[in-house]
Amino acid sequence: MTRSLPGERSVFGPRAARLGLYAFLFASAAFFLLPLLLVISNSLKPMEEIRQGNLLALPVKPTFDAWLTAWKSACTGLECGGVRPGLWNSIKITVPAVVISTLAGALNGYALAQWKSRHANLIMLLVMVGLFIPYQAMLYPTVKILSSLSLFRTYSGIILVHVVYGLPYTTLLFRNFYVGVPEEISRAARMEGASFLRTFRSVILPLSTNILVVVAILQFTGIWNDYLLGLIFAGNDNLPMTVQLTNIVNNARGSASPNVNMAAAVITAIPTLIVYFLSGRYFVRGIAAGAVKG
Amino acid sequence: MSSVSIRKIRKSFAGLTVLDSVDMEIAPGEFIVILGPSGCGKSTLLNVIAGLDDCESGQIVIDAVDVSGLEPSQRGLAMVFQSYALFPAMTVRRNLSFGMEVAGTPKPTIVQKVDWVAKLLQIEALLDRKPGQLSGGQRQRVAIGRALVRSSSICLFDEPLSNLDAKLRAETRVELKQLHETLKSTMIYVTHDQIEAMTMADRVAVMHKGRVEQFAPPQSIYEKPASLFVAGFVGSPAMNLLEGSLDGAGRFLVGQRSIGSSAYPFEDPSTAGEAVLGIRCEDIDVVEPGSPDSIPAKLAFTELLGADALGWFDCLGKRMSVRLGVDAARSMRKEVGLRFDMAKASFFSASTERRL
Amino acid sequence: MTVVFFFGIVAVFFYGSIVWTGYMSLTRSTLMPNYNFVGFDQYIKLFTNHRWLVSCLNMVIFGVLYIVGTLAFGTLLAVFADRRIRAESLFRTIFLYPLAVSLIVTGLSWRWVLDPVNGLQGLVRGMGWENFTFDWLTDPDRAIYTLVIAGIWHSAGLIMVIILAGLRGVDEDLWKAIRMEGIPLWRAYLQVIFPGMRPVVASCVVLLMSDVIRGYDLVIAMTKGGPGIATEMPAKFAVDYYFARVNLGLASAASIAMLVLSLLLLAPYFYSEFRRRT
Ligand SMILES: Nc1ncnc2c1ncn2[C@@H]1O[C@H](COP(=O)(O)OP(=O)(O)OP(=O)(O)O)[C@@H](O)[C@H]1O
Ligand SMILES: [Mg+2]
Repeated sequence: MTRSLPGERSVFGPRAARLGLYAFLFASAAFFLLPLLLVISNSLKPMEEIRQGNLLALPVKPTFDAWLTAWKSACTGLECGGVRPGLWNSIKITVPAVVISTLAGALNGYALAQWKSRHANLIMLLVMVGLFIPYQAMLYPTVKILSSLSLFRTYSGIILVHVVYGLPYTTLLFRNFYVGVPEEISRAARMEGASFLRTFRSVILPLSTNILVVVAILQFTGIWNDYLLGLIFAGNDNLPMTVQLTNIVNNARGSASPNVNMAAAVITAIPTLIVYFLSGRYFVRGIAAGAVKG
Repeated sequence: MSSVSIRKIRKSFAGLTVLDSVDMEIAPGEFIVILGPSGCGKSTLLNVIAGLDDCESGQIVIDAVDVSGLEPSQRGLAMVFQSYALFPAMTVRRNLSFGMEVAGTPKPTIVQKVDWVAKLLQIEALLDRKPGQLSGGQRQRVAIGRALVRSSSICLFDEPLSNLDAKLRAETRVELKQLHETLKSTMIYVTHDQIEAMTMADRVAVMHKGRVEQFAPPQSIYEKPASLFVAGFVGSPAMNLLEGSLDGAGRFLVGQRSIGSSAYPFEDPSTAGEAVLGIRCEDIDVVEPGSPDSIPAKLAFTELLGADALGWFDCLGKRMSVRLGVDAARSMRKEVGLRFDMAKASFFSASTERRL
Repeated sequence: MTVVFFFGIVAVFFYGSIVWTGYMSLTRSTLMPNYNFVGFDQYIKLFTNHRWLVSCLNMVIFGVLYIVGTLAFGTLLAVFADRRIRAESLFRTIFLYPLAVSLIVTGLSWRWVLDPVNGLQGLVRGMGWENFTFDWLTDPDRAIYTLVIAGIWHSAGLIMVIILAGLRGVDEDLWKAIRMEGIPLWRAYLQVIFPGMRPVVASCVVLLMSDVIRGYDLVIAMTKGGPGIATEMPAKFAVDYYFARVNLGLASAASIAMLVLSLLLLAPYFYSEFRRRT
């Protein structure tokens, strides 16, 4: 990029300004990295070093023992199997829920963007209000609905809950994007005789890679990191990692071994971090392409 | 009123030379139009004059003061942008006054100037609106107004009318010209619209690939293009061009045929060698086939343009345009002769592409 | 058809739930729903409940500081990142990664960092400043600020990316006009650029507000509402009364009160949004 930089010469001296700028950026970077580094470094310490007290000291004799314990044998309550079972649970909950809620959100968003009338605005408003309904207001009724469908505390039940709770958000993001896509594109496809769904699948979806990536990443991190819904709706056989992590940390015996807690925390965060590091570039690009705007 | 000298300006972006030793002397109060195809460096030149872009070498001198090292705001210039660049969240009034406010101009002066500009541009009724509530033409006026309140003696325009529709563009063009007459400030105006260049300019600078090809009054750009590029770029339809050779004895040879060139005001009448003859469509007469000094041609088709018409003829292996009356065009025969008015023609060297 | 189906599901879940919860809030239900209508008793109980009032106050304090802090910090980062810095994408990655970390892990990590014995305070004391005190986490008056810090840590990167995208979309000519007028940089940002990005900023505020209203995980992981009830939040209040204290009526009343409160806060936004569209 070779944009002309406004006022570059005029603020303070360019030297001093640049120096201050980088000082601020480095300080901020330290602020952002501190917790991560601290947790990683402590998860690598053996218990003796932890007992000596200081969390901020670097490990003298790094070891992966705490990681192994957290992974395989830390107690999450009555059972002592570490977070390992949670990993698979989290994956099998997150993947289908992300795919369904993203695609359904795209379809809904496209329909909302296409449909131009006062009703569409009203629905839009209702969907937006849906974004702000506190989960708490919906929990108990959701339990009732799922029980009556005998889905409460089942695998399909937790997926359904994630999809439904995610829909207003994904719908809105896609709508904002599709409103900016020229209408001629859909019109042209209609002229060729393509049905609504056909137009959506063959013409609109391929245009949407940027926003699809953004929404999928947001949904992935959101659902993977969810705690409350997993706790209530997943059932004991499907508890996601976040719930097991909290159980390990809050377990009476767990508080005695912070290194294991920290290792468990890192292990839980690894999948989303990987997803983020691999696709962060597309995420930023998608947002820049207008995924989130007024 | 200020004079501007542009001296040997050179600029490149990542190895690509965008301005190649541009020289221009602009007299106080002149209206200069910079004309050229897209990407030839017009905007870059304007930005360098304004100080928005740095150049690698060369000087910008305003009223005998070298301003090359100064910030844009200190050069005493005003500029109007293609996309208007109005401050989005401010009212029109604030848009006009903000620059002065920042510069610490006293309140009464600001009010007075805003009133003066609003009256001049007839935007008094719009003063309390925001840019989002204005039409394109109104935004353009406000943008011009913002440039005028700076009361700089030099005003720069970068394609200010290109976002307007044809009718509004024609109107604003006239208004701008009148404004120049009233204010008498020096104006440098970038466009790729030939009509704007022809109608508004005191002098036109035609640019091509980062160079000024010709810097002259519009009529002489049209009648006496300094290079093949100018000949091909200026005028619609483009000048008819015929490749051939000069024999140095008053004849221009094209294939088997020859045309008497002695009426052409050569600097050196004995010039010989490969050359290109350029002739405007209105400098060609249609005559009976076989008339003296005429070249046989075949009518391909005619275009009626309303007030007059164009005939397109196949002649000497080229398709050539000839301006005709509407009646003549309707009754045009297939086989005719064409006679060129050599006094108004142009000759270019085939090797240097410059005018002979 | 498919679309109608999805909207139908959302409508049933969201609005069905609201209606049902609203009804429950007017009953004396405890463990099981009880359909006897008792009027606004639960609301009276709610608004005379000390813990609830503290929760609401906490949410307001947390919400204001979190939204203002995240916006300010994220915007500052965006402005700086827009100054053509070196290693921009590295910095951006560092600023954005907390978004991938769950609020649970965020809360735990900050709990460890700010732990008075083992964390920052312990470290600084260990280095010789025996009197250094940074015990906000266990100070009932200050604990709420630690939540704000952790919240900002989690969301500032996202705001930065959104604002940065907005800044990159600013017309080049506008910057040129600013330079021609000789407007200093800070005035250019504050008076020209940001006011022109109002819709972007509004989306950010709305995004953050939804975090505040739904905020539960962070409190659970970091302070569990403590010390005492210093960091209780309405969301936690509602969940506690639904599940731990089995008082369905009061919990429902709390949920409805939260909904009304958030709609009141968002009314100006919805209004301007609606007006813009029609
Ligand atoms: N920031 C830049 N970085 C690299 N190349 C640039 C930059 N700005 C302009 N150029 C190049 O410089 C050349 C001249 O650009 P300029 O904008 O001056 O053209 P122009 O004559 O104004 O064209 P137009 O009529 O389309 O506005 C172009 O080839 C363009 O690609
Ligand atoms: Mg240009």
